[in-house]
Amino acid sequence: MTSIIRFQNVTKRFGALTVLDNFNFDVRQGEKVTLIGPSGSGKSTVLRILMTLEPFQEGQLELAGIGYHESHGRGDFKASDRHLHKIRSNVGMVFQSFNLFPHMTVLRNIVEAPVAVLKMKREEAESRAVELLRMVGLLDKKDQYPSQLSGGQQQRVAIARALAMRPRVLLFDEPTSALDPQLVGEVLGVIRNLAQEHDLTMLLVTHEMRFAREVSDRVCFFDKGRIVEQGEPDRFFTNPEQPRTREFLSSVLNG
Amino acid sequence: MMYGYEWDTSSALAFALSILPILGIGLLVTLQAAAVGYAIALVLGLVLALLRRSRYKVISWTVACFTEFVRDTPLLVQLFFLYYVLPDFGIVLPAFMTGALALGLQYSAYTSEVYRGGINAIQRGQWEAATALNLTRFQTYRDIVVPQMVPRIVPALGNYLVSMLKETPVLSVVTVLDMLALANMIGERTFDYLVPLSMVGLIFLPMVLICSALIHLVERALPKSGIPLR
Repeated sequence: MTSIIRFQNVTKRFGALTVLDNFNFDVRQGEKVTLIGPSGSGKSTVLRILMTLEPFQEGQLELAGIGYHESHGRGDFKASDRHLHKIRSNVGMVFQSFNLFPHMTVLRNIVEAPVAVLKMKREEAESRAVELLRMVGLLDKKDQYPSQLSGGQQQRVAIARALAMRPRVLLFDEPTSALDPQLVGEVLGVIRNLAQEHDLTMLLVTHEMRFAREVSDRVCFFDKGRIVEQGEPDRFFTNPEQPRTREFLSSVLNG
Repeated sequence: MMYGYEWDTSSALAFALSILPILGIGLLVTLQAAAVGYAIALVLGLVLALLRRSRYKVISWTVACFTEFVRDTPLLVQLFFLYYVLPDFGIVLPAFMTGALALGLQYSAYTSEVYRGGINAIQRGQWEAATALNLTRFQTYRDIVVPQMVPRIVPALGNYLVSMLKETPVLSVVTVLDMLALANMIGERTFDYLVPLSMVGLIFLPMVLICSALIHLVERALPKSGIPLR
């Protein structure tokens, strides 16, 4: 199996703070990987670097065969806008705070990028958006504005919006952390269904341990910018090897 | 007599009516100066606001200093500067253009802050979502930023239009023949300042009221569904 994502010795600093330190990480095509760990451990940064929202200082990174250019000093990508555009065409992201466009209806939120970026015809984009909304169970909300929706509904729309761009890799950055507890289930339900998709590669940062165990092929435990331990979820949760992992798991599972 | 117009000083009312055509010429100049000045302020203000967001520190700092300087010095001083100093550098503009430019420059510093506030009101998450959806910078401004920004900034931009309209008489000090300049000339010749100056004030009042009403109409006509305006 070839890797769709490959981090090689990537180092990411925010000023004096090193967030990722000589980081190596490979993900196979179609693999569902969960990243867990204490806050500030660098797991969200991995997603943000992949989405080109953050530059990095050292090392190499490849996604779907396309290399990212690291940057030095000034804090911006050295890559041209065209190259960044090419990278982003393979990857989509679902954010903790949904980030829907408030002035657009649910349908327009989903149609916007396929029309503007993929140059899809509006009717075609709309019919696909309707399909996606049916899949996330929100077809009846298509003409409403995000502010009229609950957090869980907004996040389901955001997932549909990301899928409309047909990414090969979909990143979830704590998709349920901003939700009221009773709304978490509906969003996890949608992600669970997505996890059945054979070809879609998923990276998920979450604090929902039971969910991580259920949907992922591999769990990675992050601490201080490194992967301390990783493995197949049943083994990982029942029999963690590292003391730091055991400590973290007992604090989140019993806490 | 001026420009072949006669005036009738037999009564205050007759005097006022007889100088109306002359003041009308000045009104036209006033409106033109405000229109040109405002156009400059709207466009240049936007350019300044965008440059201020440049990732290059040299550009953003230069623009910040320029804006602050223009905002913090009096319009009259800038006007004199443009009118008397620019010719020393070989730039000779007609009085009207100098006046409109001075108004435009001063107000572009104000409007750039309005634009900047409007752009900053878009949360970072929306920029990130636009990046994640692979929208270009231009598409992001066109489809995400501008539609949300415009309804938020129209009231403030409208205020500056009204304010600029009321400041146009300043141009009379650099020989622009606006309403105030003409009223002054009439006063000099008839030794009656009360009537012509009152007329200028009386013409401004409905003009500003109409202008405010138009801005209000624009505000109401803008689409703003879903946008949190406060």
